[in-house]
Amino acid sequence: MEFFRIKKDIPFMRHALTFNIISLITFLLAVFFLATSGLHLSVEFTGGTLVEVSYPEAPELEPIREALGDAGYPDAQVQNFGSARDVLIRLPNRDDLDTARVSEQTMATLQSVAGPAPELRRVEFVGPQVGKELASDGAMALLLVIFGIVVYLAIRFEWRFAVSAIIANLHDVIIILGFFAFFQWEFSLPVLAAVLAVLGYSVNESVVVFDRVRETFKKRRNLSTPEVLDHAITSTISRTVITHGSTQMMVLSMLLFGGATLHYFAMALTIGILFGIYSSVLVASPLVMWLGVSREQFVKPKREKEEAVV
Amino acid sequence: MNRYPLWKNILIGLVLFFGLIYTLPNFYGEVPAVQVSSGKATLKLDPALVAPIEQTLRDAQVPYDGLFVDGNSIRVRLGSTEEQLRAKDAIEKRLNPDPSDPSYIVALNLLSASPTWLTSIHALPMYLGLDLRGGVHFLLEVDMPGAITKRLDATAGDLRTLLRDKDVRHAGIVREGNAIQLRFRDAAQRDAARNAILNSTRDLQFVDRDDGSTDLKLIATLTPVAQQTIRDFAIKQNITTLHNRINELGVAEPVIQQQGADRIVVQLPGVQDVAKAKDILGRTATLEVRMVDDSPGALEAALAGNVPFGTELYTERGGSPLLVRTQVVLTGDRLTDAQPGFDGQTNEPAVHLTLDAAGSRIFRDVTRENVGKRMAILLIEKGKGEVVTAPVIRSEIGGGRVQISGSMTTAEANDVALLLRAGSLAAPMEIIEERTVGPSLGADNIAKGFNSTLWGFIAIAVFMSGYYMLFGVVSVIALAANLLLLVALLSLLQATLTLPGIAAMALTLGMAIDANVLINERIREELRNGVSPQAAIHTGYDRAFDTILDSNITTLIAGIALLVFGSGPVRGFAVVHCLGILTSMFSAILISRMLVNLIYGRRRKVESVSIGQIWKPGKAGN
Repeated sequence: MEFFRIKKDIPFMRHALTFNIISLITFLLAVFFLATSGLHLSVEFTGGTLVEVSYPEAPELEPIREALGDAGYPDAQVQNFGSARDVLIRLPNRDDLDTARVSEQTMATLQSVAGPAPELRRVEFVGPQVGKELASDGAMALLLVIFGIVVYLAIRFEWRFAVSAIIANLHDVIIILGFFAFFQWEFSLPVLAAVLAVLGYSVNESVVVFDRVRETFKKRRNLSTPEVLDHAITSTISRTVITHGSTQMMVLSMLLFGGATLHYFAMALTIGILFGIYSSVLVASPLVMWLGVSREQFVKPKREKEEAVV
Repeated sequence: MNRYPLWKNILIGLVLFFGLIYTLPNFYGEVPAVQVSSGKATLKLDPALVAPIEQTLRDAQVPYDGLFVDGNSIRVRLGSTEEQLRAKDAIEKRLNPDPSDPSYIVALNLLSASPTWLTSIHALPMYLGLDLRGGVHFLLEVDMPGAITKRLDATAGDLRTLLRDKDVRHAGIVREGNAIQLRFRDAAQRDAARNAILNSTRDLQFVDRDDGSTDLKLIATLTPVAQQTIRDFAIKQNITTLHNRINELGVAEPVIQQQGADRIVVQLPGVQDVAKAKDILGRTATLEVRMVDDSPGALEAALAGNVPFGTELYTERGGSPLLVRTQVVLTGDRLTDAQPGFDGQTNEPAVHLTLDAAGSRIFRDVTRENVGKRMAILLIEKGKGEVVTAPVIRSEIGGGRVQISGSMTTAEANDVALLLRAGSLAAPMEIIEERTVGPSLGADNIAKGFNSTLWGFIAIAVFMSGYYMLFGVVSVIALAANLLLLVALLSLLQATLTLPGIAAMALTLGMAIDANVLINERIREELRNGVSPQAAIHTGYDRAFDTILDSNITTLIAGIALLVFGSGPVRGFAVVHCLGILTSMFSAILISRMLVNLIYGRRRKVESVSIGQIWKPGKAGN
C-alpha cells in the first residue's frame, strides 16, 4: 500500500500568496471572534464553584434552577453534562458568600428538590486569587514555549526558519482559540495544555520540512529557492499526512471514548492537528521564502573550508 | 552494517526487562487492606505492634495474606471487603481500648495485590491522582500579613516590658500597620531605648522620625530576615498542625505539602465527607500550662473515683496517672517558639521554649512560688486535654526561656517540640481551591482513559502493519515498548497519574509514531532511489535521526514550559508528556532498530525489504 505516488515536485510555492491570504483571512476571523465573543473560560480561570451530580434517571432542570434561586443563588447555571442524567451547576464567586460552604449548601439544596436524590460526582471550588494566577501562568507558559522554540530553531537552523515556524504555529493557536470563541466551547486548563502541546507538535512539522530544505540546498545546487521548498514539501508530504493521521486516530479515540471530561481537550487537539498540517507546511514555507532564505546561508561555511584546503 | 554489538542488544534487553518488572504491579489490581498508624505525634509506631495485631487477627479468625511494616504504618492485606471490616473492628478494639481517645488510627485502605517480591524491590503500581481514585483536594492559603501583625503585636508588648525593666521613659508604644511606633519626650530617652532594644533583639530595624509635633518618634519595623523567618515558621507550623488534625480523620494516605511561599496542598484520598474535613482543617488547638496537685492522698482518692474539687485526672505519657489543677497558669498564646536541643550542662536531650514578655513574667512568678513542685504542659484539642510532659520545677525560671528536660530521647524531644509548636495555627488559613471527586467518577475516568488509549493504539497498530508491513509491525512493537517503559517509569517514580496524565499518555503515543513513520518513509525513499536494501535501512535510520531529535526537542520545550508553569491538571499532563517524549526517543530509535537488525542484519544477501509497496516514478502500469 502506498498513498502517495508523486512524479514531479508539486509547485506549492507558485500558490504561496494564495495560502498566505487564506491564512490571513482565517486568522483575522479568529481574532474577530475572540474580540467580539471572547473565550468561555472555565471555573478554573474565572473562580467560582462547580458541582457535578448524577441522577438515577434524567431530572428536570427547571425545578433545580428554581430551588437554587430560592436558596440564594439566582445566578447559578444549571445544564446537562455528557448525558441527560448528569447535571453540572456553575456558581460564580460573590463577595457576600462564604465560599467554603457553597458546595455543601448546593448539595443540600439539590437533595431537597423533589424526585430521586442525586449522587455527588465532583466539586470544584476556585477562589478568585487562583484564577488570575492560572491565567497569567498560562500566558507565561506560552511565552516560554515561543522563546524556547525560537532560540532552539535559530541555533539549529537559521533565524528565518525560527521566525516563520513560530509565526505559522502561533497562527494555529489563535485559530484554535477562535474556534473556542465562535462555538463558545469551555476553555479549561486541560484545553490550555492541549493548545501548548499542539504548538510543540506542529513545530515538528516545520522542522521536518526545514530539515529537508537544508539538505536539498546542500545536495542539489541547480534548484532555485522556490524549487527547493517545493521539493522539500513534496518529499515529506507522505510522512506528514501519515503521522498526523496516526496522531489524529489517537485523538479521535479520545474524542469517542474519553467522555465529557476529555471532550474539549481532544477537540482542541483535532483542530490543532488539522490546521497544524496546513500552516506549518504551507504557511511556514512561503514565510521562509518571503524572509529571503537562500543557499548561501547553508553552504557558506562548507565553501570556506574547501578554499582553506586548496 | 545493520548489526548492533552484543552489549547494545543486552542493554536494550535489560531496559525492557526492568520495564516489564516495574510495569507488572499495575496488572495485579488492588485488594482490601487495613492500615494502622500512630494517632498521636507523641506516639511512634512500634514494629513490636505486629505481634499483637497478628494475635488479634488469629483470635478473631480473620485470615490475612500479608503484613507489611514501613516507616509510619503497618498494613494487613485481606481477602475480601467483609474480612477487611471484621479485621478493622478487631484491631480497633485491641489497640484503642478507649474509643473516645484513640492512640492509633485504624483505616481501611487498598493495597496492591502484587507478590511480595515485587513490593520488596519497590515495584509499586502507579500512584493514582484524586480524579481517578476519588477524594478531596484543598489548596489553603496562609494569611502571612496576619502572621506578621500577630508577631508585631506581641513585640509591642515585649518592648513595653523591656523599656520598663530598663527604666526608659516613653510616651506610648503602638503598632501602626507593619511598624511599631514608639514615642519619646526627648532624644536622650530615644537613644537609650534604641540601645536597649538593639541589645535584646536583632529582629527590628529603626528609623527616627521627627515630624514637628512635640513627641520624638522611633519607628521600628521587622528586618527582612525576621519577616522571612516568621513566614517560614508560620507555614511549617500550619503544616505540622494540619498533619496532627488530619490524623484524626483516619485517612490512609493523606498528602500535605507546601506549594509556593504561602500555600498548602491537602489531599485526602477516599474522603467523601467534605464538611467534616473542613471542620477539622479550620479548628484550633491550645496549649496550657497548669500545676500538678501532688498533695498526699489526693491522687489515690481520684483513682478511687473521687476526684478532688478543682482538679482533673489525666494519664501521663508513661501511663501513670496524674492529678492536674483546673486553673490555667499560662496558655499557648504566650509561646513564641519551641525547639528541640540539648541541656547545656548534662547534655541530655531537651526542648527549649520561648515565651513572650507577659508570659515570661507569669512564668517567673509561678516558678518562684512553686520550686520543687511539678507543672504539667497540656495540649487541649476538641475540649480534651493530653499531658505532653509534667516536669519538676528545680528553680525560678526568668527571661522567658524555658527548658523541658529529663529522661527524654532525642526523638521524643523532637516530638514534644513539634507538638508544642503544632498546638495552634501560626496564622489563619483560607481555602482558595477545593476539588471533590466521587468514587464512581474516579472509576469512570480510569475506564475512559484506558479505553481511549486502547482503541487509539489498536487503530494505529492496524494501520501501521497494513501500510508498512513488517516494518509497521516493528514500529508497533516499538510503540508498545514505549508504553511499557512509560508505565514502568511512572510506577518507579511514583508520579501522580491523573486523567489529563492518561490523555497525555495517549497523545504521546500518537505523536511517538511520528519517529517510526519518518524512518520508514526514509527507507522507502532510499529504496526508491535504487539503493540496496541493507544500505537503505542503514541510511534511513541514520538520516531520520537528526529530524527525530529536532522535532522531539521542540515538543519537549513545550512540555517543560507546561511543567514549569502548570499546576494541578496541567502539571499531571506535562509530567507524563515529558517522560513519554524521552521513552519514545529510546523505543522508536533503539528498539525498532534492534528488531530490524535482528530480522535483516544477519542475512548476507537481502533481496527485498517488507516495508510495503515501493512505487518508482516512470515505471509503466503503476
